[in-house]
Amino acid sequence: MSLYEYAFQPFADYAFMRRALVACMALSLGGAPLGVFLVLRRMTLVGDAMSHAILPGVSVAFLLFGLSLWPLTIGGMIAGLLVALAAGAITHLTQLKEDASFTGMSTISLAIGVLLISTHGNSIDLMHVLFGNVLAVDNQSLLLVSGIASVSTLVLAILYRSLIIECFDPGFMQAVRGKGTLTHQLFLILVMFNLVSAFQAIGTMMALGIMVLPAIAARFWTKNIDMAIGLSVALGLCSAYVGLLLSYHYNLPSGPAIVLTAGSLYLLSVLFGWHGSITSRLIPHKHFAH
Amino acid sequence: MVASVTLDNVTISYNRHPAVHHVSGTFEQGTLTAITGPNGAGKSTLLKAIAGILPAHEGHIRIDGASKDRIAYLPQASEMQRDFPMSVLHMITTGFWFQTGSTGTITPAMKAQASDALTAVGLRGFEKRDLSSLSAGQFQRALFARLMVQDASIMLLDEPFTAIDESTTVHLLDIILRWHREKRTVICVLHDFEQIKKYFPECVLLAGECIAWGSPAKALHPENLLSARFFREDWNANVAICERAV
Repeated sequence: MSLYEYAFQPFADYAFMRRALVACMALSLGGAPLGVFLVLRRMTLVGDAMSHAILPGVSVAFLLFGLSLWPLTIGGMIAGLLVALAAGAITHLTQLKEDASFTGMSTISLAIGVLLISTHGNSIDLMHVLFGNVLAVDNQSLLLVSGIASVSTLVLAILYRSLIIECFDPGFMQAVRGKGTLTHQLFLILVMFNLVSAFQAIGTMMALGIMVLPAIAARFWTKNIDMAIGLSVALGLCSAYVGLLLSYHYNLPSGPAIVLTAGSLYLLSVLFGWHGSITSRLIPHKHFAH
Repeated sequence: MVASVTLDNVTISYNRHPAVHHVSGTFEQGTLTAITGPNGAGKSTLLKAIAGILPAHEGHIRIDGASKDRIAYLPQASEMQRDFPMSVLHMITTGFWFQTGSTGTITPAMKAQASDALTAVGLRGFEKRDLSSLSAGQFQRALFARLMVQDASIMLLDEPFTAIDESTTVHLLDIILRWHREKRTVICVLHDFEQIKKYFPECVLLAGECIAWGSPAKALHPENLLSARFFREDWNANVAICERAV
């Protein structure tokens, strides 16, 4: 098999592969920059909790409308927003910190989702929602994914400076009346939208992988946030492309294939990255003169 | 440029326990004031309230002669993420927030101004350095550079010299004195009485309540210090409601 046949032919031959590639690239473009901020704000586990929180909305929509794009999307968004708002309100009104309040609400939400599925439905199709099915990516869902990625990139550009300051020095943000809380909430909503939009191409449960893995890999290569965002997008695009090829050639589910590709890049960075990786710490370096 | 801060019977509490208790007084236009007192005396709390970060539960804080956006606030170093991945220049240009907001452009003129501020704090040529590579003293100098570009009429500094060596402290004190000469109103939380007596014309001794407000020689009189030291020795969870008239 030539390189062309291996690496390009599948996309030339099959429209579903092209659609899947575009969808996954849109997910990386929209998600990876958010991942960088999730890491910097020490909120990766909040992201994880949110990906679980989406489940009951998706299950209700699934039970009512079957495997249909818009109801599943809207159901997921409603559940995600409710959980994010409830957790945000609890963090704001009580002594609980954000990680705890999010875990609290999202486990409740996840349990409701599991309860609904196990009592009312067959779970085979729902597996597609949770772990992705590239065959399901039609033109409509492509529009949805790229639409959300575009809007989220634009909103992130508007919030960019606020997010950086809010993260680096929240006291400054409060003192200059910079609307730090609003920034934070908009950011959470962006994360949630990107998780929901991922459900067909790579699955809701896998979506966090393509958001966070490139971002934490990038941390081992650069100490500059702009570079980290560029690099994490590049790593995300790479993972999407390679993961889809692997999924095609070896008949693997697309979500895990893409996330595991991103995971390999992350583990390589842990081992060989320039900043603070295992090898950079193990290999003795001669120190500088000053 | 000049502005004053008036505290009118201000009480700020956490879980209903007052940290700042019925404090009144005025930081006059262009004064340089040190706030001092034991740990837990409410110094940082008062500063945060003046900065507008914490609400006053009773009483009022009035800012005269300046819009509220002309206040610059330097938090304690521990409240910042010091290893945040950005360059020194990037950090300093965040001080232009009131010109740029979240979306405005950082102009070459702003960058030049930020570089000048870096030079002024003794960090010439540090523009491209990562924040994480700075020592505690260099980091504090960089924050002072950000305060300079903020160009505020009221400067609030919370323990600016904690964990800072002597030569850096002298340098930063010099910048504070320059702000004083420029008729800015500077309020600074400090612990070093000798420093206060040497450099600060005004001093507030705080211990929950305002023990003394005036020249350092008077405010830091041994009698006042003694009453500050016994502050809150009688603290207990079942304390009665404060009956003092508002």
